[in-house]
Amino acid sequence: MQHQSQPMPDPDSDDTNVAVRVDRISKIFQGNEDEVRALDEVSVSIRRNEFFTLLGPSGCGKTTLLRVIAGFEPPTMGALYLGGRDISRLPPNQRPVNTVFQNYALFPHMSVANNIAFGLEMLGKSKGEIQTTVYDMLKLVQMEHLKARRTSEISGGQQQRVALARALAPQPEVLLLDEPLSALDLKLRRDMQIELKRLQHETGITFIFVTHDQEEALTMSDRIAVMSAGKILQVGTPREIYERPAERFVANFIGESNFLDAALSGGAVRLKAGGPAFAATPPKGVADGEVSILVRPEHGRVRMGAATEGELPATISNVVYSGEATTVHLRLATGETFKAKMSNTPAEDGGSMVQGAEAALSIAPGAVTVLKD
Amino acid sequence: MSDTVPPRHPARGYSVRSLPGFSIVALFTVATLYAPILILVAYSFNSGTSLAVWEGFSLRWYVQAAQNGEVIDAAIRSLYLALTAAGIATVAATMAALATTRTRRFPGKTMIYALINQPLMVPEIVTAVALLIVFAWIKVATGYTSMIYLIAAHTAFCIPFAYLPIRARLETMDNTLETAARDLYAPPMKVFLRVTLPQIWPGIIAGMMLAFVISMDDVVITEFVKSAGQDTIPTYMLGQLRRVVTPEVNAISTVILAAGAILVSLFFWISRERR
Repeated sequence: MQHQSQPMPDPDSDDTNVAVRVDRISKIFQGNEDEVRALDEVSVSIRRNEFFTLLGPSGCGKTTLLRVIAGFEPPTMGALYLGGRDISRLPPNQRPVNTVFQNYALFPHMSVANNIAFGLEMLGKSKGEIQTTVYDMLKLVQMEHLKARRTSEISGGQQQRVALARALAPQPEVLLLDEPLSALDLKLRRDMQIELKRLQHETGITFIFVTHDQEEALTMSDRIAVMSAGKILQVGTPREIYERPAERFVANFIGESNFLDAALSGGAVRLKAGGPAFAATPPKGVADGEVSILVRPEHGRVRMGAATEGELPATISNVVYSGEATTVHLRLATGETFKAKMSNTPAEDGGSMVQGAEAALSIAPGAVTVLKD
Repeated sequence: MSDTVPPRHPARGYSVRSLPGFSIVALFTVATLYAPILILVAYSFNSGTSLAVWEGFSLRWYVQAAQNGEVIDAAIRSLYLALTAAGIATVAATMAALATTRTRRFPGKTMIYALINQPLMVPEIVTAVALLIVFAWIKVATGYTSMIYLIAAHTAFCIPFAYLPIRARLETMDNTLETAARDLYAPPMKVFLRVTLPQIWPGIIAGMMLAFVISMDDVVITEFVKSAGQDTIPTYMLGQLRRVVTPEVNAISTVILAAGAILVSLFFWISRERR
């Protein structure tokens, strides 16, 4: 009962909620002369039944982290816990973790059904149980009609489904997905995104998903870890990551960004380019003084004419029309540029902007995020 | 003649066939390769005893060879030797190919690759003399003489021939398949038996056939290593050359040729089935 008076406990400190805990893992690859630090003291806790995404540009270490969790790469340093148990030294065939590979890696000499049965056979399940599970899996991914086919005789989207069914069949505690949608065309990819969310919901298995596609990450994930150069920069829900990125890299990698110079003083931010003071909560470790702030393009409003109180004076340098929205490129008084995204509705009327004209920019209150660097 | 058959991969823009003299060079090459063999085969059916004068069609040399105890002995010995050596060499080569393609980079990997292929680089006569000396020591020390020396020698020089196609197959095989099998709870031996082996077996068959043919064909090392009464078909035929040569030699050669052709066709047929 005393608990109630205390602050909310961190859900990640309780191992019963945590599926995978990565504890200060480093991975160093030895080259001929140099060494590459693919993972640099990475720590993260992934909760049960979570759709967790590792997001970052190629070479950021996200696939290496996935391979460490699967057991394909031994970590150079650090420990890995699965449901509280240290599995750092277990070989991949003894980890209750399955992987969907980027190229699917289906066994070409086996039928669709035999591919799905493989993991169950290796676990020593009875014939009857294997048959039932394979049937359930085929049904789950809607592939019953193709069960006798060779994997070379089915389409890419179908191979994707078989790869999913094969990895889900042994009911792993965690499913690892290594950019599984990157080989599919756009339409199929959208369908599979919804399909994956459905599968995760129906099976209740923790999904760890690797992608470099920020839109994919935002639409599918419960939480996202943004990675760069072997480190995790920020972990949070899609909203937190998009609306409150901690660093310039995160903001830049996800969505469109405007970075502006500003002065922070006692919880209020004043832009160098003018305008009113904005209330902002700086991230830990940022002191008063010169700071960088982020404003997303959709939070800027542009009006033709001279700036008045609460607005920033600007010149329209370019107008880019893209159907449902118009992006207005502005030059501010400081010489900084600002992109404002206006919807082409009668209320905002982004399409009426004229290049070269004098304009006034207003920024929505609460839209200013102070960055760490 | 080839004008009537459309090329399977029509060359876009450039074809070597447009080079002057293409047809002449091609015909000359085919003729030098196959004319002597055709003559050899033809004279195996000669009813006379000459290798040069055609006297009429007959199967007498085939009958004679089939009734010649020394030929039968040598043929059985050759087959036994080639099958044993090729079998052992293929197992060793498969293990070597796995060790050089399914491991992380380790110091000396290139060196090991060179060592495996050593029989391809060292002149056969040098190996033959070396083996003669070493085996002579062992024979003196142990007093033991049997086919074991020939089997050991043939296995050694067969290994690189079996190794190369198996290694090539392993290199083209997607090794995420093995990673996937491990991920799906297969212990290492099961990974090999259930995933790697079914993927590389055309390479293994090819390697084994190559090793078999190389062993069947060997003269130099066999001649140096064999003990008395251990003639194989090639060394028997070599011995015959020192006496009167009859078309019996042609008949034996033709049988070997036919067996080889059947073996190779069989291999292509099997690998086509598997795609």
